[in-house]
Amino acid sequence: MSAATADVGSVSRQQVGRRVPIGRILSYVLMIGATVLWLVPILFALYVSLRPYAETSKLGYVSLPHKLTFSNYVNAWQESDMFHFFLNSVLITLPAVIITLFLASLVAFVLTRVNIKINVAMLILFTAGNLLPQQVIITPLYRLYLLIPLPHFLADSGLMYNSIAGLVAINVAFQLGFCVFVLSNFMRTIPDEMYEAAIVDGASLWTRYWKLTLPLVRPALAALATLLTTWIYNDFFWAITLIETGSRRPVTSALANLQGQFVSNQNLIAAAAMIVAIPTLVVYMLLQRQFISGLTLGSTKG
Amino acid sequence: MASTVNDASPAVAQAPKRRRRRLGRLTKKEILVVLGMLAIPVVVDLAFVWGPALASVVLSFFRWSGVGGLHPRACRPSGGLIQDNGCFTGVDNYHRAATNYPPFWPAVEHNVLWLLVFIVIATPLGMLFAVVIDRGIKGSRIYQSVLFLPVMLSLALIGIIWEFIYSPNYGLINTVIGHNQDNNLIDWLGNPHLNLWAVLVAATWRQAGYVMVLYLAGLKAADPALREAAQVDGANAWQTFWRVIFPTLRPINIVIIVVTVIESLRAFDLVYIINKGSNGLELLSVLVTNNIVGETSQVGFGSALGVVLLVISLIPISIFLYQNFKRKEGR
Repeated sequence: MSAATADVGSVSRQQVGRRVPIGRILSYVLMIGATVLWLVPILFALYVSLRPYAETSKLGYVSLPHKLTFSNYVNAWQESDMFHFFLNSVLITLPAVIITLFLASLVAFVLTRVNIKINVAMLILFTAGNLLPQQVIITPLYRLYLLIPLPHFLADSGLMYNSIAGLVAINVAFQLGFCVFVLSNFMRTIPDEMYEAAIVDGASLWTRYWKLTLPLVRPALAALATLLTTWIYNDFFWAITLIETGSRRPVTSALANLQGQFVSNQNLIAAAAMIVAIPTLVVYMLLQRQFISGLTLGSTKG
Repeated sequence: MASTVNDASPAVAQAPKRRRRRLGRLTKKEILVVLGMLAIPVVVDLAFVWGPALASVVLSFFRWSGVGGLHPRACRPSGGLIQDNGCFTGVDNYHRAATNYPPFWPAVEHNVLWLLVFIVIATPLGMLFAVVIDRGIKGSRIYQSVLFLPVMLSLALIGIIWEFIYSPNYGLINTVIGHNQDNNLIDWLGNPHLNLWAVLVAATWRQAGYVMVLYLAGLKAADPALREAAQVDGANAWQTFWRVIFPTLRPINIVIIVVTVIESLRAFDLVYIINKGSNGLELLSVLVTNNIVGETSQVGFGSALGVVLLVISLIPISIFLYQNFKRKEGR
């Protein structure tokens, strides 16, 4: 509503030149108010994490600080084996992102550059798969994971279930759809002439994929890599259903255990939560543009 | 995304057809390469996504504890779970969910409520943010970054962050409104009449930023000439937006409807981290999970609940695919 009135303000300012732009003021009030509301939960958790336990237990959390300290961070890090959980996250996220992008780019290339009859059907298959709620497939997936054996160098559980490799597999499978969709939209914008020229030069199908297409879709790959990293790092559901042993969980879902472990010390939980948030926040700050363009490139992520 | 694709100039529209045919003629070796390129991703997608989705449908007609095999014979009418395991039970699981499983209807109700809040509050709020930011008010980049920040955080983390806001004794809200004494506590997350609303505030906090970014993309793609023309014709901003800009956002609107429905069906992390989705926070997704991961594994029953989710989610999925691929055909 206020956006509309804001527009009236700007138009009439152009026409009349001196009416008070009420709409503009309303826009500012709205946006500043929203920004404050959006920041409060994060800043409050940050504030709690920086205060000594002894002080907050005496004065309460909503009080002025006498002392701010990083000791909660140090303690959370040391007492919870967090490095280990971060390592799990890296071992899951990094291979999953790379494999997903590689496989998705193969599919997208074939679907846009080779005229096979079933390419629309295939595109639908992949895209729709990504839109299913995870819970639709979890029951059989859970049974399946208990049935598939894995060699010991991949999983010391000897099974897909309760293994990091299993988490990589499901994250790849589930995110493939979105990446295929985005990449095929992107590849379709590459002019046919380039491929014609490549064919005239005798480039094989693989060369056209590897040497021509991949370099051209690099911006889309970068954007998707940013998105996938965040999504897979943030995954909670697969990790708590497909990993039984707490110590094998990635850091986001391990946080749920830490919550139980530190139940009497909220300052530590806040610090742990902030530590877990740091990687995504860094990704966001450094690669904000990539992140948002990835999301809007697809505009479909469910 | 597709707007750039649609921009192909009409002059070259004739040529691609011929070219594509030529590209489509494959040698034997190329066919092998194509099959090699598709094999792994297709197998992975079928094995881990579509296979399980279909298996859910099949399993939902069985009574199965997950131990022992499945049998094609019908369950004996009086057979208990243990004696008669792995038998075909028809629609019994669905019947039981609807009539003899207390958390089912509350969960459905909560999912619907979740969807309604997203449609009535989160989406318009996100759209409003997008429209204001798109007009380029001062500092719009900062607003955009901040409003989008929660989308970067995992929902489990959001649950933990909001617990600091809602906690009865030390939480921000209770302290500020003076309800943090033991005799007047408001237990935002513990009270089953309040907690869903409290959680929905947190969910909206995240969803609005998500919607905002999608609308921003749509608004950026809208042709500025349209807006100018409307303003020259004397339309005010309100008319310009609703009559001229909004109709061009149709593809984005559909994407947002799809995202909204799917996100509300998928909702899980927030309620799970707060109280494992119990005591007023039941959701269908939680019920599915409880039935397979809990100590009493009821595979068939859990699958039936999953199929309910599947059937509902197929509606937005079909709408999305229809609008998306119809557009491609027309190209």
